[in-house]
Amino acid sequence: MTRLEARGLRAGYGDRQVLRGVDLALDAPSMTALIGPNGAGKSTLVRCLAGLLPPSAGSVRLDGVELARLGRPAIARRIAVVPQLFETLFPLTVEEVVGLGRVARLGALGRARPEDRRAVAEATLDLGLGPLAARRIDSLSGGERQRAVIAMALAQEGDVLLLDEPTVHLDPAHQRATLAHIARLAASRRLVVMAVLHDLNLAGAICDRVVLLSDGQVASDGPPADVLTDRTVSAAFGDGLRVGTSDGVPYVVPAPLARFSHWQGTAGPRGALTHRRDGP
Amino acid sequence: MRFATVLAVLAAALVASLAAGVLVGAVSIAPSDVLAALGGADGPSATIVRDLRLPRVLAAALVGGSLAVAGAMLQGLLRNPLADPYVTGTSAGASLGAVGAIALGGAAAAPIVPFVAFAGALAAAAAVWRIARIGGRTTVLTVLLGGIVLTSFAGAAITLLLVANDRLALRAGTVVDLLVGGIRVTDRTELVLAGAVVAAGVASALMLAPRIDAYAFGEETAATLGVDPARTTTAILAATALLAGAAVALAGLVGFVGLVVPHALRGIVGATHRRLIAASFLAGAAALALADLGARVVLAPAELPVGAVTGLVGGPFFLALLVRSGAR
Repeated sequence: MTRLEARGLRAGYGDRQVLRGVDLALDAPSMTALIGPNGAGKSTLVRCLAGLLPPSAGSVRLDGVELARLGRPAIARRIAVVPQLFETLFPLTVEEVVGLGRVARLGALGRARPEDRRAVAEATLDLGLGPLAARRIDSLSGGERQRAVIAMALAQEGDVLLLDEPTVHLDPAHQRATLAHIARLAASRRLVVMAVLHDLNLAGAICDRVVLLSDGQVASDGPPADVLTDRTVSAAFGDGLRVGTSDGVPYVVPAPLARFSHWQGTAGPRGALTHRRDGP
Repeated sequence: MRFATVLAVLAAALVASLAAGVLVGAVSIAPSDVLAALGGADGPSATIVRDLRLPRVLAAALVGGSLAVAGAMLQGLLRNPLADPYVTGTSAGASLGAVGAIALGGAAAAPIVPFVAFAGALAAAAAVWRIARIGGRTTVLTVLLGGIVLTSFAGAAITLLLVANDRLALRAGTVVDLLVGGIRVTDRTELVLAGAVVAAGVASALMLAPRIDAYAFGEETAATLGVDPARTTTAILAATALLAGAAVALAGLVGFVGLVVPHALRGIVGATHRRLIAASFLAGAAALALADLGARVVLAPAELPVGAVTGLVGGPFFLALLVRSGAR
């Protein structure tokens, strides 16, 4: 059974410590949302869990083996990452992009074998990209492109899938559909899935576990109803949010604000966010 | 199927341009005499065909193929369609190595020139890679700036060597060929050696191709896909330096082939590097064989350096590609 585990994990960039002692264990099959305010260390945690950033202290282990002791191809056969940005200058087709997921399994001569072609075809179909297989990636919509990149990660046929804001370029309907799809795949392929999500409502609606990261530490970890409470949310994000529940699912909305019409005719705000203009 | 057709067309174009290069020259020789010479006949025209034209045409093809393959690899690695051995300063590093070897060893240095050119290319490729990563990420700008820095540094160092060294003054013709791109094949061994180096470079390029593909979304995504970035980058730069070193040893600084050929082919054969590299080799070889033919006949009996031809033709062609891709 797959277990990806961080213990006493500290990491950062140069002198800047971002993660200050994270303990987290992810078991298969599961779907976990990683939430937290900007700068809390969510992307850094994903990079550590993928073995891209070496810890300055503590460890990240996959089934008990430290990632630092595995080579890049060995990690890539187990852990797939769906990147946040997926711009490329080169006109790859959808099929070719999905095929990149097999790089870690190619032989010395780099030729695709039948099982590589099968994995690519399966991942392509799984994300409903069959009709688009021959299309160039730069001719697709944002949602289709995101699905192609998820299919690329699935073609790696690992048992851990890490997603860094997988729905950031999508409209609400596509966000929901994409995450629901990933949840189905996680269950059918028995994957460990962890997704960084900014949308707390999606996190609460689709994931069975929510991890709240704040200031480089796990502030709360558990089922959505336990983590998404007024107290934990305002401790991490400040006072501007209200938590409610609907059919047992927690949701988060902005607290009532003074509307535009309230400010009409006033002199305008003065303070930190004021746009100061120098000159005559 | 369609890729096979493209390869067949390019191979036919290569054979045609090689044939044209052997058939046409400053001295007019009847096609039947050319065939007889290739078949082993003797006589003055046979000497011209076998000892001058054939090695030169083959050298041109090797140089063009190497530069195009090296360009395809560098463009993939740097995710930058403006990269090639010439622009990134790799060729300049190779030519500095070659000139340095001649300066120190004179005519006796000839056999080691390809190796020193390779060392110079490798050093330059490593340097431009370092420069390109200043600030943590490679951008089009830092790659081009790194290339400009290296090229002008190598140019100045060559000028210094040329002025300060008597041996170079005696061999000024060779040095000029190195600087402006003139194909000079002194003996058959050199050609065979270069051929072996180019074959090794192209074979490594084809083996590295799927890993170069993985760089399409950046170095970090390449790593999550299972590419060891440090090792793979080193292998790509070494293969590039091998090809650029061989090209410079045979023909000096030849621009635009490595830039234009892969760039133009990407629209036809797609962006995966196995196809791109195979097609680039054939197209680059054919293009430079033709360019060299042009260099020999345009001002006959005087000869133009082939680097001038590729610059005159490739410059506007590249500008047209830029304008077209900018308009899209």
